[in-house]
Amino acid sequence: MTHEILTQLTESLVAGEPEAAVDLTRQALQAGIEPLEIIQQGLIPGMNIVGEKFQSGEYYLPDLIIAADGMQQAMQILEPELVTRQQKIETAGTVVIGTVKGDIHEIGKSLVATMLSANGFTVHDMGVDVPTETFLAKVRETNANLVGLSALLTTTMTVQREVIQALQAAGLRSQVKVMVGGAPVTQSWADEVGADGFAEDAMSAVTLARRLVAQK
Amino acid sequence: MTPLHLTTLSPETIHKIIDEALALIVDPGIRVHNPQALNLLAEAGAEVDFSAQIAHIPEALVRRALESVPKTFYLYNLDGQPVVQYGGDAVHFDPGSTAVTILDSLSGAQRPPVTADLVKLVRLVEMLPQYNAQSTALICRDVPEGMGDLYRLYLALNEMRKPIITGAFGKQTWWTMYEMLVVAAGSEAALAEKPLAVFDVCPTPPLLWSDLTCQNLIDCALKGVPAELISMPLAGATAPVTLAASVVQHTAENLSGLVISQSARAGAPVVWGGAPAAFDMRHGTTPMGDPATWLIDLAYVQVGKALGLPTHTYMGSSDAKTLDMQAGMESSNGALLAALAGVNMVSGAGMLDYLRCQSLEKLVIDAEIIRMARRVAAGIEIRDEPIALEIMRRSGHRADYLSQPHTHRWFRKELPMPSEVIDRSPLEAWEKAGRSTTVERAQARMQTLLAAYEPNALSTEQRAALHEITLRAARQNGLDQLPDRTLL
Repeated sequence: MTHEILTQLTESLVAGEPEAAVDLTRQALQAGIEPLEIIQQGLIPGMNIVGEKFQSGEYYLPDLIIAADGMQQAMQILEPELVTRQQKIETAGTVVIGTVKGDIHEIGKSLVATMLSANGFTVHDMGVDVPTETFLAKVRETNANLVGLSALLTTTMTVQREVIQALQAAGLRSQVKVMVGGAPVTQSWADEVGADGFAEDAMSAVTLARRLVAQK
Repeated sequence: MTPLHLTTLSPETIHKIIDEALALIVDPGIRVHNPQALNLLAEAGAEVDFSAQIAHIPEALVRRALESVPKTFYLYNLDGQPVVQYGGDAVHFDPGSTAVTILDSLSGAQRPPVTADLVKLVRLVEMLPQYNAQSTALICRDVPEGMGDLYRLYLALNEMRKPIITGAFGKQTWWTMYEMLVVAAGSEAALAEKPLAVFDVCPTPPLLWSDLTCQNLIDCALKGVPAELISMPLAGATAPVTLAASVVQHTAENLSGLVISQSARAGAPVVWGGAPAAFDMRHGTTPMGDPATWLIDLAYVQVGKALGLPTHTYMGSSDAKTLDMQAGMESSNGALLAALAGVNMVSGAGMLDYLRCQSLEKLVIDAEIIRMARRVAAGIEIRDEPIALEIMRRSGHRADYLSQPHTHRWFRKELPMPSEVIDRSPLEAWEKAGRSTTVERAQARMQTLLAAYEPNALSTEQRAALHEITLRAARQNGLDQLPDRTLL
């Protein structure tokens, strides 16, 4: 049977109330509910409902983001508890994401990072104007299996190709799947530069990331 | 709320127009082809030439009528809720009425409408929140002409919850339609207390109230049913070509209608409406999508407001023959101007081809146009105090507003989203989804909405009574059985 408190936690994410999500997470721990149960029966169902409402057209980007924010804040409380119990949640994948060198556009990339994170991926957001070497170093360091490259300008989208070639040259290409995105980016561009996938919005990026990880 | 508000005429011009209209209804006077109306006008103090059927209406009579007519009244839905405010600057939209053809969804060609078309249309209008009222939008050709008006109302009453804009084509059929409305409202008193319908009554330009429209107007007044005065000067043909002069004619015709109504019963609800048009000097047609038409509309609406009356107009329709860019631009411009002018009831949505043709797809598309027009008319609201300082200092130089709770709190009100009829997807997504056109997306939305329609709350007894009334009229017109309205 689901605890009433977990139902409320789910509802707080759906309603876009991150502060309530944090309170309810604390209350759930105090009530002796296991962190894994809080995640699986409180937080994840909430994120799933928000995702469904987005797909059906009822919810919009700010609804996704505020829910993801609530999820992340709740996870910050739960993670130390998981460590204490020597438990961990299975990560859906480890992602290194950033906007390529020469491009300072942040919104699309951050949106994808937020949504991946809220959907169980371990996300390393490298920010904007990220040098190619920095992507490579982070992939080595974290043993990531996904790379997300954002570019909003037609002049910087060619850098996506450079990063992919650099991954190849460094012998890392077989370790990672590469997703590309950004306003000028299309599926045919993704094919041309040798990326593994392209998504036109943040929710599709989550679907794509899941699909790419499953291929490995 | 600080709504934008559009005005067309200066106060001096309005004054002049009203003065000239008042002078016109004295000399040459108004033609009134109805004995009861002539008697009422004579009793009220007009100088009446019974043999010529002309009434010379003095200004004092108009002033008295303006005193007694309600400045505001409401239309109620079938649940008894007031949903349309006639009066002030409230803006509502309803589908254009009395189309003689429908644009067939499959063939894209105009054809005669039948029962199933109107049933679908009424259901669709129920499901589109942009429409505040129904209208008896189609003339069904699967019943005899003599019952065309009342049959529309019969079908609509069986499907609708929203109030309805209607009209009678005959003196007797008005009474049949009234009987139907009484059934739907529960009683005569209930209908008078909470009007469910407005009847359009149209003077004939120039300066004529026909027998039929006079009678409808008088019967409406006596029974407390709101009447919408639809003067329709045709600038350059049945009215002077200068726009201001056409507005003078409109004012004279509507003022005389107002006096007829208030002479029948002081306090009867009346709407200052119209359907004027510019005359097309090449084709001899009556374009509703012409800027001159809109200017006459906007001007007479302003005259109506200056007189303190509820207003109506025909805007937001197009003269295009199909759902093309002409249809889009004419409909958009008209609807936006009407919303900005604060017209209480804007009729015309769904219509093409000089108000001859209705289209279900266009009703769905026009709902988006209306959404846009309303959003602009609503203007900019101050949500926070201070306006921006607090939120902008919190974010500093970070472009993180998408993730701010402030955005989550306000975006639905500030940036309301269109339906899927309007394509906002990136190119790639649009191509992947099949490169759909506006009309295709409207068709898809129409199917979704129709599938979600739920019947209204009329009782079995009420439905039976409506059927009985309509069947009686059908038999008088040589039809033994009504078409099956459940066949969709």
